[in-house]
Amino acid sequence: MNFQLSKEQEKVRELVRKFALAEVEPIAADIDKEHRFPKENVEKMAKLGMMGIPFPTEYGGAGSDHISYAITVEELSRVCASTGVIVSAHTSLCCWPIFNYGTDEQKAKYLPDLLSGRKLGAFGLTEPNAGTDASGQQTKAVDMGDHWLLNGAKVFITNGGYADTFVVFAMTDKSKGNHGITAFIVEKGFKGFSIGKTEDKLGIHASSTTELIFEDCIVPKENLLGEVGQGFKIAMSTLDGGRIGIASQALGIAQGALDVTVDYMKSRKQFGKSLNKFQALAFEVAEMKTRIEAARLLVYSAAFKKDMHMPYSVDAAMAKYYAAETAMYVTTKAVQLHGGYGYTTDYPVERMMRDAKITEIYEGTTEVQKMVISGAVFK
Amino acid sequence: MRIIVCAKQVPDTSEVKIDPKTNRIIRDGVPSILNPDDANALEEALLLKDKDPETVVTVVSMGPPQAKDMLIECLAMGADECYLLSDRAVGGSDTWATSNAITALIEKIGPFDMIFAGRQAIDGDTAQVGPQIAEKMHLPQVTYVQKFEISEDKKTVTVQRQLEDGYEVIEVHTPCMLTCIKELNNPRYMTVSGIVKACKADAPIYVKSAKDVECDLTKVGLEASPTVVFRSFTPAPKAPGQIIQGEDERTQSKNLLAKLKEKHAI
Repeated sequence: MNFQLSKEQEKVRELVRKFALAEVEPIAADIDKEHRFPKENVEKMAKLGMMGIPFPTEYGGAGSDHISYAITVEELSRVCASTGVIVSAHTSLCCWPIFNYGTDEQKAKYLPDLLSGRKLGAFGLTEPNAGTDASGQQTKAVDMGDHWLLNGAKVFITNGGYADTFVVFAMTDKSKGNHGITAFIVEKGFKGFSIGKTEDKLGIHASSTTELIFEDCIVPKENLLGEVGQGFKIAMSTLDGGRIGIASQALGIAQGALDVTVDYMKSRKQFGKSLNKFQALAFEVAEMKTRIEAARLLVYSAAFKKDMHMPYSVDAAMAKYYAAETAMYVTTKAVQLHGGYGYTTDYPVERMMRDAKITEIYEGTTEVQKMVISGAVFK
Repeated sequence: MRIIVCAKQVPDTSEVKIDPKTNRIIRDGVPSILNPDDANALEEALLLKDKDPETVVTVVSMGPPQAKDMLIECLAMGADECYLLSDRAVGGSDTWATSNAITALIEKIGPFDMIFAGRQAIDGDTAQVGPQIAEKMHLPQVTYVQKFEISEDKKTVTVQRQLEDGYEVIEVHTPCMLTCIKELNNPRYMTVSGIVKACKADAPIYVKSAKDVECDLTKVGLEASPTVVFRSFTPAPKAPGQIIQGEDERTQSKNLLAKLKEKHAI
């Protein structure tokens, strides 16, 4: 057993931390206030190869692994959770299913642009009446002979307003339930496809969360992803990987909150001494730190198993569940330890606390993760 | 075109500990980085490579084996190859001995069109090694380069040399030595794919011994170094200066007097 990162993984952390501190942190509070998608930073990340980290160079990826990818999302989220999820949704939810289930033609057509970050990806599964229960899909795809015709709507789609390529799920045979779901690659600009309203959220304000609307949307035959009826399997395996991304985001948020709290406690004086000299408060930090390290081990271990082509579904569920709870726990404590200042926008911890909450919800709620974990225990 | 870049791995803080016996820096436990001015030197070379992909950027360094870590960064930024002179025989070299060793290394590498070095390293702040290499290799040199242009035939370069209160414009023929300052450019980031390549076992980082580069062993290392360091210290930070404003000299003098009185200096 070896708990040491490779030189490559260490260097990726060094790069992303440097980038995050110089380019992301300075605008994090502003883009949160303005609800502004940081297009300029997505372009910069693309140039540095951060939009295709765990994919081979033959498709334009960086040729690194899922631990480096997890580290990247973690380091970005340490200063800005919105920027972290842009990379996570793009990489795990759009690039990965095309890489894993796409035909050679689809991979050659879509991956070079996606992995180089020239184009941004998104994933459309959730609907108003089909969140956790994916089989409740109401978006329909009908085989018209020479094309597919999609009708319906998706909600809460991360990157929705700025993505060029979407992996979308639709029901092709309602009678078959989960086995009646099929996946498609949809491009922005396909006839009958439009972006609906943008959600106004509690946190991750700089992440674009929108509806997708399909009104007699024409999807070419060659844009069927995988096989007819394979959609549920594609969606579930994609979300397994996505959970590593969101767990990394949660881990980053928690680490960022701890870092600013430690600095604050060293400089803030009450009753004639700095806050870290009060043992009751210092012990809170010990608790925060320990939970973060435990979350980090779960996250990297899930990423490692994915890299080793070992089963990682339950590991990803545990990592996502625990890291998300940790993010919420740590950021709540961080606000508390900042006192009144923590409740204001003068310090980043209130933003971190708002951002942390979503990690317990999207890409499978904490309850869904517990279903996956307990299901495996009692199998 | 081949460009040599001189780079040094330095401790990432001004509050380093110094061994009171040897007066040398204690490196253990201090994170190491590519010396900031050297990053500017590398960036300028890489900008030339961006324009002309035929350009070969070769980074040279001297230091302990761990300095490979810094050279990985240079490769991941876009350098083509790196040479590290690492040998106990050159350990403890002062600037004179260091420039002897690096000159030997560069001569071993072969012909080049230009050498970029950082102005100075943040651990020693001497600003001597670059100029000394130039002298020993009989190269024209310009220090404190803040702007750089190369002629079309690549035979001459025109640079701005920073002075305290302005700059000089100097034309110099190649091959030459230029020492770079932070005003010259903004060093690029590593790229993820660059990191992946640079971390591979067959990455072009060549570690050389004193014997490999055939340097004169009587002119390198601690024993051969003429410099004796009496004391090393971190200088106290100097407050930034202030330019006294005013419409004309009379008002400026008046304002200056007022300031001095305010501070009870007069």
